[in-house]
Amino acid sequence: MANSLKKQWDSLKGSQFYAHYRRSPVALLSSALLLIILFLAVFGPLFTPQNPFDLSSLDLSNAYLPPYPREGSDPAFFMGTDQQGRDIFSAIVYGSRTSLYIGVVGVLLCSALGIFLGVLAGYYGGWLDSLIMRLADIQLSFPSILIAMFLMSALGRGVGNVLIALMLVGWVKFARTVRGETLSVRKMEYVDAARVIGLPSHRIILRYILPNVMTSIIVLATMQVGTFILIEATLSFLGLGVPVTEPSLGMLCSDGFKVMFGGLWWVSVFPGLYIVVIVFAINLLGDFLRDELNPKLK
Amino acid sequence: MFKTIVQRFFQMVAVMIIVTMLVFAMTYFISNPVYLLLPQTATEAQIAQAEAELGLDKPLFVQYGIFLKNALRGDFGNSYFYNRSALSVILEKMPATLELVLVTMILTVLIGIPLGVFAGARPNKLSSKLTMAGSIFGVSLPSFWVGMIMIYVFSLMLGWTPVSGRGELGSILGIRTSLATADGWRHLILPAITLALSNVASIIRLTRAGTQEQMRQDYIKFARSKGVGTRQVLFGHALKNTLIPVVTILGLQLGDLIAFTTITETIFAWPGMGKMALDAISSNDRPIISAYLLMVSAMFIFINFVVDVLYTLIDPRVSLGGE
Repeated sequence: MANSLKKQWDSLKGSQFYAHYRRSPVALLSSALLLIILFLAVFGPLFTPQNPFDLSSLDLSNAYLPPYPREGSDPAFFMGTDQQGRDIFSAIVYGSRTSLYIGVVGVLLCSALGIFLGVLAGYYGGWLDSLIMRLADIQLSFPSILIAMFLMSALGRGVGNVLIALMLVGWVKFARTVRGETLSVRKMEYVDAARVIGLPSHRIILRYILPNVMTSIIVLATMQVGTFILIEATLSFLGLGVPVTEPSLGMLCSDGFKVMFGGLWWVSVFPGLYIVVIVFAINLLGDFLRDELNPKLK
Repeated sequence: MFKTIVQRFFQMVAVMIIVTMLVFAMTYFISNPVYLLLPQTATEAQIAQAEAELGLDKPLFVQYGIFLKNALRGDFGNSYFYNRSALSVILEKMPATLELVLVTMILTVLIGIPLGVFAGARPNKLSSKLTMAGSIFGVSLPSFWVGMIMIYVFSLMLGWTPVSGRGELGSILGIRTSLATADGWRHLILPAITLALSNVASIIRLTRAGTQEQMRQDYIKFARSKGVGTRQVLFGHALKNTLIPVVTILGLQLGDLIAFTTITETIFAWPGMGKMALDAISSNDRPIISAYLLMVSAMFIFINFVVDVLYTLIDPRVSLGGE
């Protein structure tokens, strides 16, 4: 096991992809940013000054502190605090955990559904194919954000419900891509050969079809994480996403919006900026992956 | 040609019927509106009576039949909140949204297409690479946040524009619109820029890809060797052939724009149908929600239909019939 992993690692290191990756400043920069973001999300709570969602750790005497170099600020709360004395930096760190969790798990769920339906449609064809693809066509004529909003209004707030909504919104792209590639791979001679020696369909799909569509899936999935994080933030901003008890960057922005008119710009500006950094880093990496792995997907 | 258009038309009708089912199911599962209309102290009998008045006690398929029949006549029931016909509320709010979308579209075309052409003509120049990075940055921005920043910078700090709302209305050709007055434009410009931002980003990408492809073609080399100026080559020759996919995407982006007006209008307190839809969601106003969804779906589906038909007209190589 370890040996074969090592082998794969060595073949990756020798690949053109790896060489390009090492020479691309954009790819390296975005990976570094993502590593920092991930590190903060996992270990951040160890060194944030408070747990902003534990009401007992908040102190009203810390309320309305501006960000650090400004007059009257406290270096311990370098991004400032809101009207409840909540440290913005801590809130961002906690909120980013929700964002990343929903982005990654949402993509895992919807890619699983999309790949399953896409392979079914592409491999078996027939009425199943028409049914799935017509459904995809219908859904594609509606903007995802609108579908997500109305789904959430029907399902009600909650992390699980956001994941369900994202899964229902996002499967189409995966299904379409996977179907298209399955159709072309299915015509290959090695698939014919596998069929001739009597391999069952599920083995053909797992051994020969899926590995060949994997690169497109990786590219799509990367881009989709960014999209999902934006959708989650938007839903939470509108009060349709995660519940008030969960930390969320979108909800922080909406809290901040209410006090922005009183001059407390930092409550909404920093959380929003953090969303931008996360999504921008993901999209840059996705763009690099697309150019390297599958330029067709533009 | 005629046959494919007819075929496509019936497909459109079929899709619309499916959409009515989905909209009905969705609004049905949003919690019971009776509890919102009646005081908390209402008795069982009062609840049952209210449900009967709204027709909520009938079997599901009967309710759907009634819903469909009424929807075809444009009757979605009275809004619980405005207490008048949901359709009339929407029609009243629609012009505000449409003028916002129109200005956004114009901004998108004026900014996105030239930038895309330049980036595509010289893909290796630094300015071109910056444009591309900028367009990735553009799609990474949460639109609610952009709106907030716009308000903070341009309204609160600089005081250039009003904070929110729609300005004074004037009339152009008998249509009441804020495009007719200076005050109207001052109110409109921030929400329009906010809405245009991510749109511009994707138009830039698309135009660039198209231009890059065209620049490799022989007819471009021929035009150049003939001594045609760069500007003429780019905008007179290359752009013409890039425009087909760009026009398609612009059409499809109309749908996205209408979706995003919900967010932009909420932030800028713009009294259009997007804000109305979100308000309806939070106040559980079922007639408005279903009327809005059907109205917007009909628009999306119709736009798709038109784009498809236009596509066959512009580009004879495209056939919609066979797969």
